[in-house]
Amino acid sequence: MVETMILVPGRSQKQGTSLVAGKLKDEYKRVTSTAELNEKDMRRLKLKDGDKIRLKSDVGQTVVTCIAKKDADLPSGMIFIPYGPPSSELMAHDTAGSGMPLSKHMEVKVSKV
Amino acid sequence: MSSELKIVNGRVYDPKNNIDGKVQDVYVRDGKIVESVSSSATKIDAHGMVVMPGAVDIHCHIAGPKVNLARKLQPEDHRLDVHPKTAVTRSGTGGVVPSTFATGYRYATMGYTTAMEAAVPPITARHVLEELDDTPVIDKGFYVLLGNNAFLYKLLKEGRKKEFQEAVAWWIDSVHGYALKLVNPGSDELWKGRKNANITDVNEKIDHYDITPMHVIESFIEAADELGLPHPPHIHCNNLGHSGNISTTLDTMKAAEGRRVHMAHIQFHSFGGEINKNAVSGVKPIIDFINANENITTDVGQVMFGKATAMTADAPLAWMLRNVKFNKWVNADTECESGCGIIPFSYQESVYTHALQWAMGLELFLMSKDPWRVLLSTDHPNGGSFMSYPKLIKLLMDSAYRKEAIEHVNQKAINKTVLRELTREYTLSEIAIITRAGPARALGLENKGHLGRGADADITIYTEEEDKEQMFNAPRYVIKDGVLVIKDHEFATDHKGKILHCKPGYNADIADEIEPFFEDYYSVKFSNYAVSEDYLHHHEVIPTHPKDS
Amino acid sequence: MVEATQTKSKESKNIKIVKDATCTFCGCVCDDMELTVDLDEHRITKAKKACVLGRAWFYEHTIDDRPVVLIDGKEATLEEGIETAAQVLVDAKFPITYGLSDSTCEAQRVAVEIMDIINGSIDTTTSVCHGPSGMAFQGVGESTATLGEIKNRADLVIYWGGNPAESHPRHFTKYAVTPKGMYIPNGKKDRTVVLVDVRRTPSTPLADIFVLIKPGKDFEVLWALRALVKGKKISENIEKDTGVSREVLDDLVSRMKNAQYGVLFFGMGLTMTRGRHFNSGAILSLASDLNEFTHFVAKPVRGHGNVTGADNVVSWQTGYPFGVNFNRGFPRFNPGEFTTTDVFSRGEADAAMIIASDPASNFPKKAIEHMKKIPIISLDAKDTCTSKIAKVRFAVATYGINTGGTVYRMDDVPISLRPAFDSPFPSDQEVLEGIRNRVKELLKGDKARLAA
Ligand code: SF4
Ligand SMILES: [Zn+2]
Repeated sequence: MVETMILVPGRSQKQGTSLVAGKLKDEYKRVTSTAELNEKDMRRLKLKDGDKIRLKSDVGQTVVTCIAKKDADLPSGMIFIPYGPPSSELMAHDTAGSGMPLSKHMEVKVSKV
Repeated sequence: MSSELKIVNGRVYDPKNNIDGKVQDVYVRDGKIVESVSSSATKIDAHGMVVMPGAVDIHCHIAGPKVNLARKLQPEDHRLDVHPKTAVTRSGTGGVVPSTFATGYRYATMGYTTAMEAAVPPITARHVLEELDDTPVIDKGFYVLLGNNAFLYKLLKEGRKKEFQEAVAWWIDSVHGYALKLVNPGSDELWKGRKNANITDVNEKIDHYDITPMHVIESFIEAADELGLPHPPHIHCNNLGHSGNISTTLDTMKAAEGRRVHMAHIQFHSFGGEINKNAVSGVKPIIDFINANENITTDVGQVMFGKATAMTADAPLAWMLRNVKFNKWVNADTECESGCGIIPFSYQESVYTHALQWAMGLELFLMSKDPWRVLLSTDHPNGGSFMSYPKLIKLLMDSAYRKEAIEHVNQKAINKTVLRELTREYTLSEIAIITRAGPARALGLENKGHLGRGADADITIYTEEEDKEQMFNAPRYVIKDGVLVIKDHEFATDHKGKILHCKPGYNADIADEIEPFFEDYYSVKFSNYAVSEDYLHHHEVIPTHPKDS
Repeated sequence: MVEATQTKSKESKNIKIVKDATCTFCGCVCDDMELTVDLDEHRITKAKKACVLGRAWFYEHTIDDRPVVLIDGKEATLEEGIETAAQVLVDAKFPITYGLSDSTCEAQRVAVEIMDIINGSIDTTTSVCHGPSGMAFQGVGESTATLGEIKNRADLVIYWGGNPAESHPRHFTKYAVTPKGMYIPNGKKDRTVVLVDVRRTPSTPLADIFVLIKPGKDFEVLWALRALVKGKKISENIEKDTGVSREVLDDLVSRMKNAQYGVLFFGMGLTMTRGRHFNSGAILSLASDLNEFTHFVAKPVRGHGNVTGADNVVSWQTGYPFGVNFNRGFPRFNPGEFTTTDVFSRGEADAAMIIASDPASNFPKKAIEHMKKIPIISLDAKDTCTSKIAKVRFAVATYGINTGGTVYRMDDVPISLRPAFDSPFPSDQEVLEGIRNRVKELLKGDKARLAA
């Protein structure tokens, strides 16, 4: 099953602490390739915590691990992921003359790997 | 190896030393004026030229957070006025709020070698010093905004005059300031704490403090006097820009009771008429009072037509201007210390108030009896850019030109002034006083504004011309600290000026009083507040003369 | 003036305490740290008052065992590194410098100077964080305040599009929510805290009111609030469009108008999403409008330690805050043209100096592809994806931990750093000064280039 969702990358505490420890270290890589999905969306897509999913945008794709978030915390149709190389992989370069790529609002196709 | 210069055959204007256009030579060694130099000194032939000390701007806004906000706010100005680099100088951008490098170089190309930044919240002093370090050629200092300081108000409320004076000294010393600055005293608390209200009367109580603006003004005048600061409190009165504000201005001047005080940009405080009605010129009573009281110095704050930027610690004033056109507006509250407002602005000949202000400024200059005390400024960039000084000089020196200019502005406004009747023309010597000797004296800078032995070798040499705007627009030579910075109108080298600051004495115990207040009400640690001398680089301490020593 | 006391502890270790040190991990720039430094081990063992991010910052910055300079992956001396870097920059037709948000202002000033000398471009991480807010500022201005003022006076605190609990952990506790202030004697009890976001985050529990908004609909909600503040009509479909009901909006408006001193903090949830600078412009305008009723300020919650300093330095030297090009011998500003993402994505720069940032991991793919084709000079305290692909890689000391200097807090308040221990690595300021001096020498004969 493939669904289109909105990916919102952002900061998290773990992303911050692992970033200072070193961006080339495993912990940072792990943190930045773990995506949060709405629990109902996960069920619908037949996903459970720890499963791998493929995120595909117009410019790239990446495989990350998913974990469920309560419906009240993360609305259906949204994915949160800490900033990092996987989220950059999906980011389009067009800045619409602003210098800023749309890095917090990316349409991605989600599928189970 | 000592560097020597010899300027020969020039007509010298050095009012402090009573030299009025006499052809004589000026000698320089190691950055100072001397009596004679060796035969190997570099010679500048100033035949047909006018030699003056470098000019001193006693009131301008050129560095620090508010200036930088105003810079960032107006890319549209920078685009139209670029400042390319040369082989020896950095690039930048201009407009009425130029980049730091452009500011320093452009002051130099106007013949200015010293400029005083007039309003610095002390918590931002590091920023100011960093910008001033990137402001080339000129010497510079800054005035510390203390007239709305919450801790000082607390001391005044408690009636602790002695501690108040110690704390004032501590503040100047801790941030390496030059003078005390008061802006619309009392207004900050009302602005921030009472939903954008403002002070309207020097005798009204300031919320929470049980003191009045008048009380604040008197206390600072007394403190500066006791501490023997080289420059007295620099006061931006209450009610700036409001019709009928002359009574506030007169009350403020009277509060000095013979002690020294400097009235900032007096034009903005010289409105007659009734409160909230159309303003008229109230210059006469103001200038009469100044003429009669030698303890008072002032800078005019002339308005020049064209682009300006209102940039002030008087936040309620900027808000008032914002509500005229609803254009972009900046407000910036600084904890316990200051307010700030910024508005891009344009003075237009056809607008009644603008023309009135322009005429009032000229009235002040032309009715002044003592050029040593009524000094040239545009309150850059509030009344206009410092780049318009040459045009202002022409307006003062050339009555025919002035007459012509008067015809092109709002006549209703002119009719509310006596400008048409004033036929006086400033002489070159008087210009040298209001731009050099006068500001240096008011600032207590003994080595500036003159060409006597021991003075700083800050010298400008102009080709004498009929058109005074043209003449003052582009000195042929500018010498700073004995270094030939501008030669034949071009930059010959880059140069770094110094920071001028004071170190008033005080009892160090006062810090123990201030510290707990910081812990409660500031967001920075007390120990991180005072600015280290590393920020001063090249600097000079101007001595104080405390009363009790 | 570093107040430091050196004592020998039981293990006869060489321990030093640094009081009132400053954490530069995030824009809060907390200057109340008490650091315990093990001088033998060259590490900070305790950071009193630091949040979890701050502790990571202090503990992880030890002295790595790595060469000061790598050229094409091979170890080299500092002098050789400076020489090669200077050559690369001088030979380039369109060099760009990017990063700077984790450097001192002293270093930032030199970086701008180098680009001025060689007619290059200067851009900072601002362009991909609050660059849009900078553009909005140019359009509408801003009513703002230092954080101490907010601590002392703000009785209504609104966070929009941000998650300070995880990005700026002490923003709540040190400045804006819990502390007692001059006119806020009871701390949080005297304030109403509102959070607006597209998801619940660890910041949410702190809020008295949480407003969940549909992603990408910030502008619509902000514009509706502006209209309501001015007593104008808004769309009846507002809830359907944005996820926020009319009741919630009316309640917010009345709270904002009736606050004594209100503040709108906003994060990258506004600038990095649909609307970008329009979102920032809307929130800045909303705060300005509210001043017709009460006192109101707004403030972007800036990210890295000294990104605010970078904005200030670039602005005072050039007149523009980021995305500045010196190609014509004077500064020009054009976001979208001179901003680094765009320059790289178009395949334009032919050399880049990257200081204290990691575009090779954060930038869009197309930009990163170009970076791999051009010589990169990298200055960083840690190895990153960018330093990995650099032609010249300098390992530099960490600001605030190994070097002093000036940093601007998110509210433009400048703070001096108190270094904890020495590093064998040079500061980025020293490296940059070396490069600048060498660049000047190399260009000596090139009057035309010097004078543009
Ligand atoms: S809030 Fe930011 S500056 Fe303060 S300690 Fe935490 S990471 Fe450091
Ligand atoms: Zn002024």
